[in-house]
Amino acid sequence: MGEEQYDEEQSTEVQKKFLFVFKRAPHGTIYPYEGLEVILIMAAYDQVISAVFTDDGVYCLKKGQETAAIGVKEFSITFKVLEQYGVEHLYVDKEALSARGMTEADLVTGVEVVDKETIANVIREQDVVLPF
Amino acid sequence: MLFTVNKSPFTAGNLKSCLRYVTKESPILLYEDGVYGAMAGTALEPEMKETLKTNRVYALREDLKARGVANTIEGIQLVDYAGFVDLVAEHNICPWI
Repeated sequence: MGEEQYDEEQSTEVQKKFLFVFKRAPHGTIYPYEGLEVILIMAAYDQVISAVFTDDGVYCLKKGQETAAIGVKEFSITFKVLEQYGVEHLYVDKEALSARGMTEADLVTGVEVVDKETIANVIREQDVVLPF
Repeated sequence: MLFTVNKSPFTAGNLKSCLRYVTKESPILLYEDGVYGAMAGTALEPEMKETLKTNRVYALREDLKARGVANTIEGIQLVDYAGFVDLVAEHNICPWI
């Protein structure tokens, strides 16, 4: 009985689509790291979560970052495991990437490099967009 | 989806990257230093005029006034704080800040 009530409660919960937009380089400001923290918190609430990386945000996903000597956390590796937290898509803007001399091979795994039209459509279908 | 931009287009790439993603029905609201993008006679004016063919663009009157910007690009609609609230209430927001 108790379980049934719980199920009912679950099914009436509103699931919203959340998009995290990463536009800044990883170590110049705290924004991208904070964005990642918020994703990890949001993942506990069973919402539909995706992320877009554009402008300098694409640098967050660059392979080979070694930050020990500047005394900050290296968090690009955490983006790789977001799928296990139910984050469905990590979209990367193709032009932002190529403008910075990079290709998908320069990035951590598990991302989707897409054109701006794809990102525009992703943005359009969101309930909430959070910029970092 | 209402896109909001609050940085000067001459120091930050926010407005330019926002314009890459706006779809036709999406209005754009410029506020704080973003309103410099609404000023007439800048290097950005041609691109803003192109955008105005497909999108509504708003600029916050109070922020324009505070910055002494009286000459805005034709077609850009000025809103006050109450208008800002109406826009935010009518749309989902994509803060491009």
